[in-house]
Amino acid sequence: MKPGLKRSNAPIFWALFGAGGMLSALFGPMLVLITGLAIPLGFLLPPDTMSYANMLAFAQNLIGKGFIFAIISLFLWHAAHRIFHSLHDIGIHAGLLAKLVCYGSAMLGTLIAAYALLAIGF
Amino acid sequence: MNKRRPYVRPMAGWWRKNPFFVEYMIHEGTAFFVAAYAGILLTGLVRLSQGEAAWKMWLASLQNPLYIAFHWLALAAISYHTYTWFKIMPRTMPPVVVGGKRLPDFAITGGGLAVAAAASLALLALVWGMAR
Repeated sequence: MKPGLKRSNAPIFWALFGAGGMLSALFGPMLVLITGLAIPLGFLLPPDTMSYANMLAFAQNLIGKGFIFAIISLFLWHAAHRIFHSLHDIGIHAGLLAKLVCYGSAMLGTLIAAYALLAIGF
Repeated sequence: MNKRRPYVRPMAGWWRKNPFFVEYMIHEGTAFFVAAYAGILLTGLVRLSQGEAAWKMWLASLQNPLYIAFHWLALAAISYHTYTWFKIMPRTMPPVVVGGKRLPDFAITGGGLAVAAAASLALLALVWGMAR
């Protein structure tokens, strides 16, 4: 690479977008069905599936922690990237401010998720 | 005296005139549902870290009809995301060559959808198994 040429940061955002897009394509519909419909409406699964004890144990488990963190953060990075790149199409200038708002909120969500998962403990 | 009034071609709603772009805007729009759902899960995670009372309040709030309506919409939107994600996959991934011939588009799309269906069922089975 020539000196003075800046390496683009686009591949990082694109990789996060792709990973989140794949994860939401594979698990998104079933997760929404479980957490948003089956549990609140009381069908398909035992009523105490998402009880405090069950969810705490899941969030304290290392694999469970990783799953929760990947789902929340990658969903956010996927959506942030997609919304950022659609702004121009609906007549909003996709400048630095828009970039900071989109990717910044994904970063904030990622940090909050990491903090909560650490606070829950192991 | 006269202010200059150059003609500016109106762009508002331009994509509504072409079915291709209507579909494009819908599949890009699924990102709002992905973001909102991640926000709901994040809230739940924070409430879980705050203890049993906070968790139970969050769980009860999901029974609000507005949340139920949102989740039905999100289920439709994210399912559509799944479909389009694998539909455009033949164009977003490098060509796959099997036995000297390029893997046809329908095999990539169909394979992806089959994996998604299997992943969904595996997730449901796993949650079912852990709950019992």
